[in-house]
Amino acid sequence: MPITVNDRTHDLPDDPRVSLLDFLRGHLGLTGTKKGCDHGQCGACTVLVNGMRINSCLSLAALHDGDAVTTIEGIGTPEDPSALQQAFVEHDGFQCGYCTPGQICSATAMMDEIANGWPSDASAELTGEIKPTPEEIRERMSGNLCRCGAYSNIVQAILATQEAQS
Amino acid sequence: MKPFDLQRADSLTHASQLCSERNAKPIGGGANLVDLLKLEVERPDRLVDINRLPIAGIERMDDGGLRIGALASNTAVAVDDDVRSQWPVLSRAILAGATQQLRNRATTGGNLCQRTRCYYFTNIDQPCNKRAPGSGCGAIDGVARLHAVLGTSDQCIATYPGDMAVALSALDAQVEIASANDRHRTVPVREFHRLPGDTPWKDNVLEQGEVITAVTLPKPVSGRQIYRKVRERSSYAFALVSVAAIIDMADGLITRADLAFGGLAHKPWHDPRIAEALIGKSPHEALFDKAADILLEDAQGYGENDFKIPLALRTLKAVLAEATGVQL
Repeated sequence: MPITVNDRTHDLPDDPRVSLLDFLRGHLGLTGTKKGCDHGQCGACTVLVNGMRINSCLSLAALHDGDAVTTIEGIGTPEDPSALQQAFVEHDGFQCGYCTPGQICSATAMMDEIANGWPSDASAELTGEIKPTPEEIRERMSGNLCRCGAYSNIVQAILATQEAQS
Repeated sequence: MKPFDLQRADSLTHASQLCSERNAKPIGGGANLVDLLKLEVERPDRLVDINRLPIAGIERMDDGGLRIGALASNTAVAVDDDVRSQWPVLSRAILAGATQQLRNRATTGGNLCQRTRCYYFTNIDQPCNKRAPGSGCGAIDGVARLHAVLGTSDQCIATYPGDMAVALSALDAQVEIASANDRHRTVPVREFHRLPGDTPWKDNVLEQGEVITAVTLPKPVSGRQIYRKVRERSSYAFALVSVAAIIDMADGLITRADLAFGGLAHKPWHDPRIAEALIGKSPHEALFDKAADILLEDAQGYGENDFKIPLALRTLKAVLAEATGVQL
């Protein structure tokens, strides 16, 4: 089965060593997804697979046949940004911008996880409604590093998007 | 990355057969394995894709326990309604580990089999008896902050890095394993991982060709369930020390004290003598000190990790105090 990326289908690479990240960037030319550490530590490569956020650097492309992948290119465009992307602009949620595609993909999925009532290590209770506090957002976004240190504004952008949607 | 042959398994028997040939390994999410392939710490001739096998479900068993398929993701287990309400120490342990991105990809079977994060193991320019048998241990006289203080050998002082398995050890979970010829066996989590001894390259009791199919939890028990993890930063870091605890009380006496420890050894550490010392006693600080003495009587530091011995003592006492309502 082919892989679907941003609603378009593609054949998978023959070499099983190709990571999903290298497939997206090198084979499909979708360079919005970034290679930071290439070892799962920075989160710059975060994409959504069947709606779940993963590190595309730590996943072999060949294992994703039949999967539906959403990259930053599938989330919004400069002309038509998602609400979260717009909030990152308004709250200065970045400086150099290298981590931003991963931050946006990660936060997009994170808002669904909160809506589903999935707890985090920062949640006082394992069940019940999750309040999107700064502490919750910091814990849930800990897989996305920002070397510029725009964290405070990233949290503000996510909080603002959450509030606008609730 | 060294070239390898990727084969997809269509059945458990097929998976076992494929894994028993050549230098083959099963791959689920690959969250740890793909990293080690890039570093050439792992150099398999073949990877066996087991992701199409029907072993991802989580279901209640007739005896009240829970059967967690080996391909159930860490996220699926941590947010499972039954796990959250009946075995909360398991949810807490999983949520304390890694990041959401990694937990979404990591599987239950793969998490059990994750390799140590010893810096010498993951750097192929360094000596490591686990990665390159006979090359020596760089950590024993080297950088050993993350390393073990219990159950070490003169060959290896690596720690098992995971959180999930520490909770599974406290819960006395079982690991179901399939091998070629449709043979199956069940191993307690407490006996799944092993100490390094003279064969530090063997992390656990899995033999070539064996594939984990499920982890089962015994029926729920009453009592407080706590997972306390101490680490260098408050998120996305491995445990320096962790404690998984299920503690119950009746009439002012401790009636259950199932404890397991992470960050201290080559396996989740479980010492049945600690429960024996606690059960039937009224909780108080001197009793907690006695439990810590039992845990740590053979502990040995290697310089940089000497701090783990008092840290384990304090973390255990804090957990016991929290669970029993004693003020320290």
